[in-house]
Amino acid sequence: MLEEIIIAGFGGQGVLSMGQILCYSGITENKEVSWMPSYGPEMRGGTANCITIISDEKISSPIIAEFDTAIVLNQPSLDKFEHSVKPGGVLLYDSTNIIKPPTRTDIKIYKLEASNEAAKMKNTKILNMIMLGAFLKIKPIIKFDNIIAGLKKVLPERYHHLLPLNEEAVKKGMELVKS
Amino acid sequence: MSDTMQVAENLVYKKPKTLLDVAMHYCPGCGHSTTHKILCEVIDELNIQSEVVGVAPVGCSVIAYNYLDIDMQEAPHGRASAVATGIKRVLPEKLVFSYQGDGDLAAIGTGETLHTCNRGENILIIFINNGIYGMTGGQMAPTTLENMKSTTTPFGRDVKKMGYPIKMTELVAHLPGTYYVTRQSVHTPANVRKTKAAIKKGFEYQRLNKGTCFIEVVSNCPSNWKMTPIDSNKWLVENMLPFYPLGDIKVPSKEEN
Amino acid sequence: MGELKLMKGNEALAEAAIRAGADAYFGYPITPQSEVLEYLANHAEKRTGMVILQAESEIAAINMIYGAGGTGKKVMTSSSSPGISLMQEGLSYIACSEIPCLLANVVRGGPGLGTIQPGQSDYLQATKGGGHGDYKLIVLAPASIQEMVDFVKLGFDLAFKYRNPVMILTDGVLGQMMEKVELFDQIPRSKEIPRWATVGKPPTRERNIMTSLNLQPEPMEKHNEHLQAKYREIEKNEVRVETIDCDGADYIFTAFGLTARICTKAAQLAKAKGIKVGLIRPITVYPFPYEAYAKYATKVKGFFDVEMNAGQMLEDVKLGVLGKAPVEFYGRMGGMIPTPEEVFKAFEEKFLGGKA
Repeated sequence: MLEEIIIAGFGGQGVLSMGQILCYSGITENKEVSWMPSYGPEMRGGTANCITIISDEKISSPIIAEFDTAIVLNQPSLDKFEHSVKPGGVLLYDSTNIIKPPTRTDIKIYKLEASNEAAKMKNTKILNMIMLGAFLKIKPIIKFDNIIAGLKKVLPERYHHLLPLNEEAVKKGMELVKS
Repeated sequence: MSDTMQVAENLVYKKPKTLLDVAMHYCPGCGHSTTHKILCEVIDELNIQSEVVGVAPVGCSVIAYNYLDIDMQEAPHGRASAVATGIKRVLPEKLVFSYQGDGDLAAIGTGETLHTCNRGENILIIFINNGIYGMTGGQMAPTTLENMKSTTTPFGRDVKKMGYPIKMTELVAHLPGTYYVTRQSVHTPANVRKTKAAIKKGFEYQRLNKGTCFIEVVSNCPSNWKMTPIDSNKWLVENMLPFYPLGDIKVPSKEEN
Repeated sequence: MGELKLMKGNEALAEAAIRAGADAYFGYPITPQSEVLEYLANHAEKRTGMVILQAESEIAAINMIYGAGGTGKKVMTSSSSPGISLMQEGLSYIACSEIPCLLANVVRGGPGLGTIQPGQSDYLQATKGGGHGDYKLIVLAPASIQEMVDFVKLGFDLAFKYRNPVMILTDGVLGQMMEKVELFDQIPRSKEIPRWATVGKPPTRERNIMTSLNLQPEPMEKHNEHLQAKYREIEKNEVRVETIDCDGADYIFTAFGLTARICTKAAQLAKAKGIKVGLIRPITVYPFPYEAYAKYATKVKGFFDVEMNAGQMLEDVKLGVLGKAPVEFYGRMGGMIPTPEEVFKAFEEKFLGGKA
């Protein structure tokens, strides 16, 4: 198994932590992992992305230009990464704020009204967890229980009371993907 | 060595043990030799040879370690107080001093000097101010007086073009990290005794972890001032001391002592 | 097996410094390596009593290293390119005074203020001396977070073995990215005082002087000869290199640090097309593994050197190959990172006339 993922969106949408959760969970399953964030001078806002690689074998390059999966949370990221998905790969995006949808026909496209769902659950910050759940439904590379363990590592302890809500959000994301 | 010499019955003066019995490279009449000697006397009297680590600068006193029988480190130009900080931070029980000239401490090393004092590093800084660059041959120092001649101010220091002589000692006295700040000199025996007492206090306060002790020694440079040693001391009294007045600038408050 | 953790490169460097029993760290914030100082400020003192001090500049930091290192303690600093430039004077003094210390350069693209994105454009500065005078640092080039950790320990060992500064030459990607690492167990801070250390002169020994100065040229030349003899010894003993699939290869890719990882993936792309490609990755970039290149120079059709600079290690690669095979180069500059696909394409263009 080798899964090369790009996760991209606005800063603050939780794209970096989504990648970290995958990595922590991967370690619990003895997988090799690599997480490479874009980094810039901004402390707030701006666009952010991370390349996340989960593999059974030793990972060669942490820097790649083509991905098995792109998880995209805003329009600029969709514009930037739609064409970086390998043919036959997956593009998963939050359609709530997208005005120019993807056009490729050689990849599998999943659109999710994740922001709206998060609003319905009364916490917009769980958008990333809904997306993560959807991804895991499409590509079950890591067990659900281990994802929750990874979440515990990434979420600072002062937010641990929000663990059940986050867990619910992952499940919600899984439901939203029609099989 | 003095140990092998016959000790006179009524001995009134001898070379301090910590001062090595070698010829110094300092010019005749230069204040460096005197300051070295009293520094060594203090080390002997406090019996701290095994606890002291010194830092020599770049300038005339660059090879101070050739004359002092103590562990010492050299520093790049201006960085003596940063080197001393490094030593003191890993050896907080030891007594650390830097010995620096005006070019070293007040020009190229101003940043290090201010920040070391501002952190209140528990070290003693001995600052020799003779208003000129000695080792490189008499160029303008940050402390060169207004209208004073040097090889790079051949018509006298024009403060409009070259800036004003800087009073580092007053500057560092403003910083909360400094504990004891004083300006002394070594041009008369009485002043030598006062400077020696100040150095002694500097080490004693350091032992008590009080913060930075900063001792300026207003000194002479017969060679580059182009005077005899006696004339240079006279010139020092008439020209240096009015601008760099002697005395304590910051002393511990009475309650503390 | 040691503790397994997911760590950022910069944090891993800092954690490794604590575990290696470092006595002190002096540093100044600069992107992309400020996490080293932040992590140490947060964890070091309470765990081992390690001294952590944020200096007022990189110049002050390296001179604090000079002072603290002279007392025989295990001392470390880190910075990124512009800050490392500021440290060069101090490093020259430290190398001449033979003070062991460890520094990490988390390289960003230059020249000038450049960019905060990664680079490898400090290779020549790191490996050929950097400051004034004839001296060398031992330079380790990690390609993974695991090596960032391991090289802290190795770096301190080499620094004390040779009384020489050691540099970990890494980059912004390795500083910022996270990987799984196995951490070594805590090594207690040493109480041993080297005989040369300036710690206060007891009556039982001569005074210790840490200096790089000798006003007389004759003894200064002698000291230079001593340093050069030490560097020859280092070159004999400490060359470290990784070679992958070089036996029987038609072409050899070569790169250090992160770029070697990118080349590994590019080599996989080549292999998928039936091209036999090997890889030489210098782990020590000083001392440089010239012999690894000489060994294959008469056996391959060419060497392909990839760097995030304008071709700095290229000079050493050519010295290793000595004209016995073609050497081609592909580089990105100013903070740009080559992708494996791009590297493979450049290889095709330079060696295969455009298409495999």
